[in-house]
Amino acid sequence: MTAGQRNAPAPAWRRVGAQAWFEVRAVLRNGEQLLITLVLPVLVLILLGRTTALGLGDDLAVVAPGVLALAVMSTGLTSQAIATAFDRRAGVLRLLATTPLGRNGLVAGKVVAVLVVEAGQVVVLGGVAMLLGWRPSGIPGAVLALALGTWAFVALGLLLAGTMRAEAVLGAANLLWVLLLVGGGVVVPPSRLPGPLTELAPLLPSGALGDALRSTLAGHGLPLAPLVVLVLWAAVLTSGVARTFRWS
Amino acid sequence: MSLVASKLVVRYGRHEALAGVNLTAPTGRLTALLGPNGAGKTTLVECTVGLRQPTSGTLEVLGRAPTDRALRTRVGVMLQDGGLPLAAPAGYVLRHVAAMHANPRDLRELSDRLGLGPLWRRPVRRLSGGERQRFALATALVGRPELVLLDEPTAGLDPQARLAVHDLVRELRADGATILLTTHLTHEAAELADHVVVLDAGRVRASGTPQELVGTDRGLRILLDTDPTPFRAELETLLRVPVVASPRLLEVQGTPTPAVLHQVTGWARDRDVRILELAAGHRSLEDVVLALTGRELR
Repeated sequence: MTAGQRNAPAPAWRRVGAQAWFEVRAVLRNGEQLLITLVLPVLVLILLGRTTALGLGDDLAVVAPGVLALAVMSTGLTSQAIATAFDRRAGVLRLLATTPLGRNGLVAGKVVAVLVVEAGQVVVLGGVAMLLGWRPSGIPGAVLALALGTWAFVALGLLLAGTMRAEAVLGAANLLWVLLLVGGGVVVPPSRLPGPLTELAPLLPSGALGDALRSTLAGHGLPLAPLVVLVLWAAVLTSGVARTFRWS
Repeated sequence: MSLVASKLVVRYGRHEALAGVNLTAPTGRLTALLGPNGAGKTTLVECTVGLRQPTSGTLEVLGRAPTDRALRTRVGVMLQDGGLPLAAPAGYVLRHVAAMHANPRDLRELSDRLGLGPLWRRPVRRLSGGERQRFALATALVGRPELVLLDEPTAGLDPQARLAVHDLVRELRADGATILLTTHLTHEAAELADHVVVLDAGRVRASGTPQELVGTDRGLRILLDTDPTPFRAELETLLRVPVVASPRLLEVQGTPTPAVLHQVTGWARDRDVRILELAAGHRSLEDVVLALTGRELR
């Protein structure tokens, strides 16, 4: 049973793939996570894309990229922070770290899972927006912006999950989502925000990602400043995660 | 040796969880790490699987450093908190851990052995403590490990589940796996272990086979409902053998012959001393552990 048939690890791609699929299934099983990653972004897209009440007009070229940025924020930050924090409390991270998956494989699996969920979000949200009449261009630039935004928001999510109690992460991640949605320049462009938020929002990862997507998907090219902001946030947050993340 | 710890120290702030532990776990044998709560057993397990970095000292696991990646297929661990994600169906978690290994154990056979079948689709959060323990044990064994670390594997189990776990552990040992099992249950250690290490307050108090630890002493132990210290010299004079007093307990050295028993009970009758327990013959492992670690609550 054990002595005669010593084990070997499964290939790395299979371990990471299994972990990614495990995480994707967890999102699909969890109603609250589905609400924040898909249902709310779809509602925001339909409401803001079909109304002029918020002063955005029915300009889907503004709303649709912003909702894609919101989806990245939902999955990378809120969903990942909450899931990781509760897994950390239950000892799941410790257990998986002792298996052939290891800590690096666990992080890789999480990143792949986030990318898979985001791909699904892009298909659904992009599809709904196109049904509403949106015609995007500049897709390669958008992919780059989405990748950098994912890096920054996953790092922020893991920073919260690895340093705070699970209940505190639940509150903080949801609060951040709401604050960034309202005043972070993600759906409503920074130029249309009141007071100092006009200058502040482009320096936040939410505003930078929103600006980058709005520009490139409207066919105006990929601006450098938002990309630099995203890279800086991502690098600083990743360094913070590496230094402070507690596995138990 | 599958596990060799040398002068191992782990400090949490000012608290010393392990205070210079030296121990070995022989290959192919079951070593029980026995000690009260807070003895440092879990800390040692965490160091062994690389989850905790020792403050000082050395630790070798299957000839490698605990953080060596090659160990993750060779060492299976059942952590005390289980580590199962609460929302996922329990069987799905086990299948997930199995997917990390190239040649895992047959899940149906493992499930049958531990009675997991009816629980397979139930979310972990809806399992009882004992049911979670059985799934956690299955995740430790699913990769056919050479070294199995079991941190309190029978805590919270009912007698039937405990017997099933004991049978599985015996089978693992018969197949040549090395097992390190932490427990505070002395009868569990006495029943299963080839080698016992008594740990208390981060220090090894004794180690050896259960037989070596209980020794060949055929003394007489008298448990009283009062402080026995004033009676020690009196009994020594009466019996003409050494008598050791500890809180509530008198230990009479030498063979407890019928004449000695007669003298002791006669002495108790004459002095109106109430004897709660009179035990002649070998000490149990529990007696040894209590003598080493004390009877008082901490």
